[in-house]
Amino acid sequence: MTAPRTLYDKIWDDHVVHQAEDGTCLLYIDRHLVHEVTSPQAFEGLRMTGRKVRAPEKTIAVPDHNVPTTLDRANAATMTEDSRIQVAALDKNAKDFGINYYPVSDIRQGIVHIVGPEQGWTLPGMTVVCGDSHTATHGAFGALAHGIGTSEVEHVLATQTLIQRKGKNMKVEITGSLRPGVTAKDITLSVIGETGTAGGTGYVIEYCGQAIRELSMEGRMTVCNMAIEGGARAGLIAPDEKTFAYVMGRPHAPKGAKWEAALAYWKTLFTDEGAHFDKVVTIKGEDIAPVVTWGTSPEDVLPITGVVPAPEDFTGGKVEAARRSLEYMGLTPGMKLSDIEIDTVFIGSCTNGRIEDLRAAAAILKGKKIAVKRAMVVPGSGLVRAQAEEEGLAQIFLDAGFEWRLAGCSMCLAMNPDQLAPGERCAATSNRNFEGRQGRGGRTHLLSPAMAAAAAITGRLTDVREIMKESV
Amino acid sequence: MQKFTTLTGIAAPMPLVNIDTDMIIPKQFLKTIQRSGLGKNLFDEMRYTQDGQEIQDFVLNQPAYRKTEILIAGDNFGCGSSREHAPWALLDFGIRCVISTSFADIFYNNCFKNGILPIVMPQDVVDVLMADARKGANARVTVDLPSQTVTTSDGQSFPFDVDPHRKHCLLNGLDDIGLTLEKAASIDSYEKSLATLRPWA
Repeated sequence: MTAPRTLYDKIWDDHVVHQAEDGTCLLYIDRHLVHEVTSPQAFEGLRMTGRKVRAPEKTIAVPDHNVPTTLDRANAATMTEDSRIQVAALDKNAKDFGINYYPVSDIRQGIVHIVGPEQGWTLPGMTVVCGDSHTATHGAFGALAHGIGTSEVEHVLATQTLIQRKGKNMKVEITGSLRPGVTAKDITLSVIGETGTAGGTGYVIEYCGQAIRELSMEGRMTVCNMAIEGGARAGLIAPDEKTFAYVMGRPHAPKGAKWEAALAYWKTLFTDEGAHFDKVVTIKGEDIAPVVTWGTSPEDVLPITGVVPAPEDFTGGKVEAARRSLEYMGLTPGMKLSDIEIDTVFIGSCTNGRIEDLRAAAAILKGKKIAVKRAMVVPGSGLVRAQAEEEGLAQIFLDAGFEWRLAGCSMCLAMNPDQLAPGERCAATSNRNFEGRQGRGGRTHLLSPAMAAAAAITGRLTDVREIMKESV
Repeated sequence: MQKFTTLTGIAAPMPLVNIDTDMIIPKQFLKTIQRSGLGKNLFDEMRYTQDGQEIQDFVLNQPAYRKTEILIAGDNFGCGSSREHAPWALLDFGIRCVISTSFADIFYNNCFKNGILPIVMPQDVVDVLMADARKGANARVTVDLPSQTVTTSDGQSFPFDVDPHRKHCLLNGLDDIGLTLEKAASIDSYEKSLATLRPWA
């Protein structure tokens, strides 16, 4: 009889290729996702050493960070020279090394973390890596998924393994149910508000509890996506019937006898009764409110009903950091968060660019007009975009005054032309509010798609529950 | 990879907490397809005005710190994105060692792949090192990897921990891929077992 194990322990154990005496492990990687920004130096490394991609059939590439999202993007002039070179390098590397590829012209193109699950590459119990910190997203399927640097990208390309030491286990339990107007984004931001951005450092988080079970797969991806913002490289949710239903029938999901075998294995992927967690955080679902960030760290999060804090409300190094944040954000302590006026609304990203996110925003926007200078929706993939058009969501966005864009990372990190001007204030469904993240001098408030839609209508940060009341 | 053994150099104080990788190297510089040349844009938005003028107050622009080789930083250094451009930019500037109370995991890991030594020290030690770094160019800190000690300009010495495998690789400048390929037989047999255990994977 073996000791009770966590979900993380089980996936880890099943992927150890070799363990050294000092505990360093060689971990097998089932899926390697690749995008244009963090891979060119890795492919160059392979060329210089004459190495090949060990498992091209397990390697999937898609350009997302640099690509323009305007409708005229087929025109090369919409890209800067260096962006064009980077995307062209991925085109060439995918071809030369024979890996799976979704070029810009393919309707399946989109943000790598949306494409992976959508195409059925991401499956429960797998190890999934990508040269991108938001790889944590795939943990929603009960896959051990995390970001890696470019040297490790090269290592995985060449060996299909990673050199790893095992992290610690952390449990984040969200009990009970969420109240109306509260979403997965509010859960994940509230957890970071509670633990801080370094609270998860060295841990793999397993999210559990009734409120997590009640989330759709899209919502679970939103929660796991931001595990990294809490410092944890990976976030996990045990697979269940919702997971299996989502995966079934996807292009690269197993079929027939393989499906049955996979399903039997996937049903063993849960934390055993009595398994040890090194850290436990419990939050009541009922206590979570719609939240927004006020500062320049994802831990700077408060319920929308709150006020801007003062630096003196903090201790240690955070006092100076808060002072700097408030100055950068142009905010005065004591002002109501719901009085903060917004210039721009951005709905999209690997955090909130899936169909359910667009449905949530459209439900608030239906029949209304925006009161901000500009607002854009950037679907997470070409297929999400097509589905939203079919469901009539695109028309709701267009009627409200939103721009309806093509798929990509867009203004989440502003590597393409979608950027904020200095001082421009944005309500964004993305994942980072760092200084300059959405453009130098740009000011970012993170929130859920429903809250972003509410802000678009009123022109200020707004409690979505007020809008919901009006609509009843 | 460049070896790391012993380093004696200027240490710069950066007490701000949560210095993220967007601060270390903003995204507009990620469009390179090379590893080198990023040093001039290290901390770009803190270091230069929008029109490219140096911001005098920023520590690395001050005469005493222009040749910094060691950073003493606030909590949670390197949080945010997985971009290896962050350690590439530090290295290209000439910084080989960062000391803080804590680091973000991916950044910490990326440092070792590039011959940079990140050192975790308790708050009271970081406070001593921060004060020492504030003395300027005459205060040289010594980082000795073989003995795992950091020594201040006035001779106070503090031990630090480092993973033995990573220490070995840094001391010898070893390439991880080469080491892993020595275990190719283990990978082959794992893949063979996969065909029966998890054929869908």
